Amino acid sequence: MEVNMAKKIITKKEVEYVAKLAKLEFSEKEKEEFTYQLNSILDYFKKLNELDTEKVEPTAYVISMPNLLNEDKIKPSLAHDEVLFNSKYVKKGYFKVPKIM
Amino acid sequence: MTLNQLTAHEAISLIKKKRITAYEIMQDILNQIDKADNLIKAFLVINREEALKQAKEIDKKVKNGKNLPPLAGVAVAVKDIIITRGTETTCGSKILKSFIPPYNATVINRLRAAGAIIIGKTNMDEFAMGSSTENSAFGPTCNPWDLERVPGGSSGGSAAAVAADETFIALGTDTGGSIRQPASFCGMVGLKPTYGRVSRYGLIAYASSLDQIGPITKDVTDCSLVMKVISGHDTMDSTSLNLEVPDYLKSCQAGIKGLKIGVPREYFIEGIDPEVKGALNKALKIFEKLGAKIEEVSLPHTEYSLPAYYLIATAEASSNLARYDGVQYGYRADKYEDLSSMYQKTRSEGFGSEVKRRIMLGTYALSSGYYDAYYLKAQKVRTLIKEDFDKAFGKYDILITPTSPTPAFKLKEKIDDPLTMYLTDIYTIPINLAGIPAISLNCGYSKNNLPIGLQIIGKHFDEETILRAAFNFEQNNNLEKKKPPIE
Repeated sequence: MEVNMAKKIITKKEVEYVAKLAKLEFSEKEKEEFTYQLNSILDYFKKLNELDTEKVEPTAYVISMPNLLNEDKIKPSLAHDEVLFNSKYVKKGYFKVPKIM
Repeated sequence: MTLNQLTAHEAISLIKKKRITAYEIMQDILNQIDKADNLIKAFLVINREEALKQAKEIDKKVKNGKNLPPLAGVAVAVKDIIITRGTETTCGSKILKSFIPPYNATVINRLRAAGAIIIGKTNMDEFAMGSSTENSAFGPTCNPWDLERVPGGSSGGSAAAVAADETFIALGTDTGGSIRQPASFCGMVGLKPTYGRVSRYGLIAYASSLDQIGPITKDVTDCSLVMKVISGHDTMDSTSLNLEVPDYLKSCQAGIKGLKIGVPREYFIEGIDPEVKGALNKALKIFEKLGAKIEEVSLPHTEYSLPAYYLIATAEASSNLARYDGVQYGYRADKYEDLSSMYQKTRSEGFGSEVKRRIMLGTYALSSGYYDAYYLKAQKVRTLIKEDFDKAFGKYDILITPTSPTPAFKLKEKIDDPLTMYLTDIYTIPINLAGIPAISLNCGYSKNNLPIGLQIIGKHFDEETILRAAFNFEQNNNLEKKKPPIE
């Protein structure tokens, strides 16, 4: 896929910013690769601008349905040890994380 | 012939008639996995002892003259994105390696209650992001019809396992074609139900407004049987609708005389393999012979489906995958300085490159200043695509298209070019955007002996009509019944 790199939609600096938002980090090589690939994908996505959608309502859910609510009743939930079972970092019945403050 | 080569309904009938025990069938299934799976690599986990134990329990019920549930003794393989209590569920990702879910997905409980036996978990593209199963952190699955080719994806392990007779039935999930495209590449039947038909409680989320669970089977009868079991409202999933579930098997028995079929002209574009086109045209002649009326129809916004889909799916994915932070379950990086660096290192080491690419794309599309230009625009285009289908269904009962523009491609052929890979889903993606049901089934073979799939698309919650059309085609297509050449 050919991309005119002179007209970048997303720059390497923006890739770094988006990575920070997404809590991801990349090597220099990966940053270059992602910048190139995201540009070619976003360039293809420009196709959507051919359509005039000013008067079109957006669709978030395809099936129109009422909001279904369950009865407000206490039901059994997972046991404490089952909740902690999948972490190697547990102390005194809590999940352990690095110091926050 | 070994017993694993039967269809599920044939196996059930033999068990009920006491001609064969569920245990004998399960032994043949496990033998086939031992023989074939080192080549195909469809399974990530196999529940050997548990499967044999449950088969014995079914046999005990038969012996005691008890009423048998509808899927008694049937082996089911489950895509590793659906959680199974006590059985490792990885989603094809390093970030969930060793994750043991504390509860079952609703579909698992429903299958178990119907007598089905969960024999194992199947390989997939990481977090269902891919069209070839090459994005699995645990290595690719191979297509049983040609081991140098992909089985399709993302439910590639499920489709390959059914095709190789390693299971009778498999569950897959379909966000943009991930049941139908691999079913087509492996010559099997795959159905994506209407959005809201099957509960997604316990399905690890990729793109919540698109994801659905559905069956991959050897024939339409088996597909109907599974759909009856897994469909219906679930209080644990507020997007599952409270509608009656029809007896799909019974609906299949009627003919299709007078059925109105639309064939969308936009699907016969540049890039479609002439063999796929040829097989489809032959299939349409059979529908005509069975009394259906076929006309060309237009779905004018088809070409906008792919960009709209990738914006919506990646935006939703970037939000859904924020939960993988290394705190409560799954992978956590060994070395980090503070909380923020723990998140970053965990996620960067735990996710594969396609997942990171989609999280980046989605985060960008939702980020301040770009939301209207990308995400909102895509949702508006989604409305136009849905309206195309609404209009077409004002005139036609079903639509027929190819499932994929080509038969199975080679391993590594498209993996380095994400956009080319995305284009393999152009016929399946619009269906997810509209939320309607569609089934893929085999309609012929290429000269390289690769299966070619046909897609039948229906109205919202009208799985009955697409199953009936598929069943009628299957019974009358005069196709040679082939098995993949693995021994």
